[in-house]
Amino acid sequence: MADNKFAAYICSGCGLGDQLDVKTLEKIAQKEGKMQVVKSHSFLCNAEGVQMIKDDIANEAVTHVCIAACSRRAKTEAFHFPTAAMSRANLREGVLWVVAAGEAHDEVRQEMANDYVRMGCAELKKMKLPEGNPDKAHSKRVLVVGGGMSGLTAAFEAAEAGYETVLVEKQAQLGGWAAKLWKRVPFKAPYTEPQDTGLAELAAKVGSHPLIKVHLNSRLAETSGAPGRFAVKIAQESGAVTEETVGSIVQATGFTGYDIARLPELGGGQANVVDQAGLEAMAMAANGATIKRVDGKEVKSVVFLQCAGQRDDSGKHLSYCSGHCCATSIKQAMYFKNANPAIDTAIMYQDLRVPGMGEDFYRSAQEKGVTFTKGKATGVESSGDGCKVSFRDLILDEETSINADLVVLATGQVPTAGVELDAWTQLTSEADGGSADAKQKKVEMEKVSILNLTYRQGPDLPQFKHGFADSHFICFPYETRRTGIYAAGPVRRPMDMLQATDDATGAALKAIQAVENASLGRAAHPRSGDLSFPQVRLEGCTQCKRCTVECPFGAIDEDEKRFPVFNEQRCRRCGTCMGACPVRVISFENYSVDTVGSQIKAVDMPDEFSERPRILILACENDAYPALDMAGLSRTVYSAFVRIIPVRCLGSVNTIWITDALNSGFDGVMMMGCKKGDDYQCHFVKGSELAHYRMSKIGDTLTQLGLEPERVVTQEVAITDNQRVVTLINDYVAQINELGMSPMKGFN
Amino acid sequence: MSNANVQANLSNLARYQNNFLREVEERVEEGHMVKMCMQCGVCAGSCPFGPDWEHSPQKIFMMIRAGKREEVLGSDSMFMCTSCYNCIVRCPRELPITHIMHGLANYAHRLGLAPKGQPTRVFATMFWNNLTKKGRVNELTLTLGLYFKDGLVSGIKTALGMQSIGLAMLLAKRLNPMEIFGGHGVKDLKGFHAIVAKAKEIEDRKKGFTA
Repeated sequence: MADNKFAAYICSGCGLGDQLDVKTLEKIAQKEGKMQVVKSHSFLCNAEGVQMIKDDIANEAVTHVCIAACSRRAKTEAFHFPTAAMSRANLREGVLWVVAAGEAHDEVRQEMANDYVRMGCAELKKMKLPEGNPDKAHSKRVLVVGGGMSGLTAAFEAAEAGYETVLVEKQAQLGGWAAKLWKRVPFKAPYTEPQDTGLAELAAKVGSHPLIKVHLNSRLAETSGAPGRFAVKIAQESGAVTEETVGSIVQATGFTGYDIARLPELGGGQANVVDQAGLEAMAMAANGATIKRVDGKEVKSVVFLQCAGQRDDSGKHLSYCSGHCCATSIKQAMYFKNANPAIDTAIMYQDLRVPGMGEDFYRSAQEKGVTFTKGKATGVESSGDGCKVSFRDLILDEETSINADLVVLATGQVPTAGVELDAWTQLTSEADGGSADAKQKKVEMEKVSILNLTYRQGPDLPQFKHGFADSHFICFPYETRRTGIYAAGPVRRPMDMLQATDDATGAALKAIQAVENASLGRAAHPRSGDLSFPQVRLEGCTQCKRCTVECPFGAIDEDEKRFPVFNEQRCRRCGTCMGACPVRVISFENYSVDTVGSQIKAVDMPDEFSERPRILILACENDAYPALDMAGLSRTVYSAFVRIIPVRCLGSVNTIWITDALNSGFDGVMMMGCKKGDDYQCHFVKGSELAHYRMSKIGDTLTQLGLEPERVVTQEVAITDNQRVVTLINDYVAQINELGMSPMKGFN
Repeated sequence: MSNANVQANLSNLARYQNNFLREVEERVEEGHMVKMCMQCGVCAGSCPFGPDWEHSPQKIFMMIRAGKREEVLGSDSMFMCTSCYNCIVRCPRELPITHIMHGLANYAHRLGLAPKGQPTRVFATMFWNNLTKKGRVNELTLTLGLYFKDGLVSGIKTALGMQSIGLAMLLAKRLNPMEIFGGHGVKDLKGFHAIVAKAKEIEDRKKGFTA
């Protein structure tokens, strides 16, 4: 520590100097914060102020900088000192803008600012400058699993960007589903006619690309490692195994169609009832001429039944909408109309959904005379030479029927994301328990596995809703819960071909980011570029396995002695392991049990009779903290009795912080994290959920301390809740006031 | 008029096959736009007469596609349209709904399938006959015709009710009682009749009416 030099810089700009006693703040930084250098400046973020700090770092050997100015989310470009560890005391958004104006509030305002300076200095004392993961991994090759439209696009895009690519396809030829299509839904203006799939050209380009290596008839027998150093065993059908080292993986393993045999009520299994894939085969055979049925008869009338076995709320079939089928049926109706306009084509829908430019395509079909009937089919039976479709007309509100030579069922997409990890975990524990049946089932399951990861948390990507390998639809497309492995195309959610190609391009770029970050020893999304990484004191580890089980990204494996093995390249730096660890041996250089704990202890605690409670708020830095900043930005006043500490994720909150806070006299602790559950908003998927679970167990501890359970609360906050956070704070302060001061004050 | 022929096109088996839609496309004003309806229902929601007629435009268009010929052509809906143009303004598919409704009304009227005694239909017929007789609308005979359309007693009652207005119009010289004897017409009455006859001939030809 001898070489460390700590400095605090206090800004008096933005009105801070008018409302706060900067001299007092300086004194606190020096005396209590033990800063060796303390300076104030009237405009710290301007060139002169920043230069002052830079000069101190260069000439005075300052290694640690505490900026007491605005929020850590503001002026990040000005306050960017890569060679110094830095903490930020939030005096502007956190104090000046949120404490009521006027002399009456001068005292509490100053107290709040004093505390934030104390906290900033205390945090800084425990921080180290992150140096980056020394175990850098340098493979920049991209592995693409699946050679369909998405996989080919991902491979081509990655290769075009200059990255070596390995493509693995289980079939003997490239193309996947797209190869089975006669035409595709248009993706170019004027969006009126089915277009050529363009697959042959793309496959040829991929096949002859100097940076792409294609493995056909192959599967992944084993995948181990981490971003930048994945070791992949590629097994050919013949049994030969090739080993490849890759930096990241794009999984584009697509989907299978829902089996129409499961739809006997809609005629599944009848000769003249086919699914959309079946119709594509017929169209392929007709090659532009009138489509013929299996029995050779030319089709004169056809009915398309949308949502067949989809959007089903009975629990029997798929509950979701596959998104592409309306446009696909429109396209297929055009196959008929373009061959012969006299053919009767009816599309029976409940809600016609044509995303993208599909509305133009829909209109084009109407102009061609395709009939659109809003109705729900109740049954399909063979009648004479064709089929009779019974249905309820939803506009005219009546039961009726229609006859057709051919019925096409628009069935949905079923994901092929590999094994379901919950089932896998259960089988594994049963097999470990000696169940022969479970062992057999596990062998069967391994055959289903796509990636065959050697991860402790299971062999494939965790599945989200309905078995799709997604992590979050809106915020993080392509991201999965396995770092460096990205899902593209219908494997992550149902989609059409245009979306799948966009998806593949995005996933390829994510894969490139991942290899670049890994080669620099940095974190991937969402803390992209973060150089800190988890460090563990293994000698203190009790092998409780909570970190290995709870890591949302499966980053932690176990060695033979059952100690955790941190694969830093897989780590997203959320700190969930740090929050989980009961013996607190996991930390980051600039974020640890100590950096937060020391802030909690640094707060000056007024005595029991002061009528000034202190409430600790641990706010998620992704959503809650920005919301609090925005409350400040809009000058919304909230109680000056709170002290806010941003955390990487609620999952990183170690219960020791809560105990510390209550022991040191805090009257209440409020945690603000993201929404949990199926439609979670947590950037680290499970962090807020784990925090809620852990806090639900804290009641006993509180009772033992003789405290009311209301003294610790957890709230779900979205980034848009800038007004709501204020209400939450004020209501909670009122509640604590009613409860009375904590009896724990004055013991430290 | 090959009314029988059109009838013959129809059978129960042909429901939901495009026959009636094609008939409408070929023979009804703006009928070719019916297929472009996307069944959003904005027209039905926008119509100020919505609750007062049998079928909304949305339903009429769906019925056309479903081949419900008698029900469409026998509906009173088209005659209830007040031409407020709300539906045209709001239709996201830009269907000329008002025009189609009038086209259907005219078509149903000519086929004799429109509801008998429907007041709008009766008055429109009366107006047309009055107008084409002399090339000018004879307001006196048209008004009297309307008063007495439901018989002598109700006619006298209405006339007595409107007495004061009628007298005031007489005094202001807005109403000439002599018009009851045929009234005055356009200068070239023969030419006017020729124009109407030619227009009818063209329309019949276009829409396939033989009579």
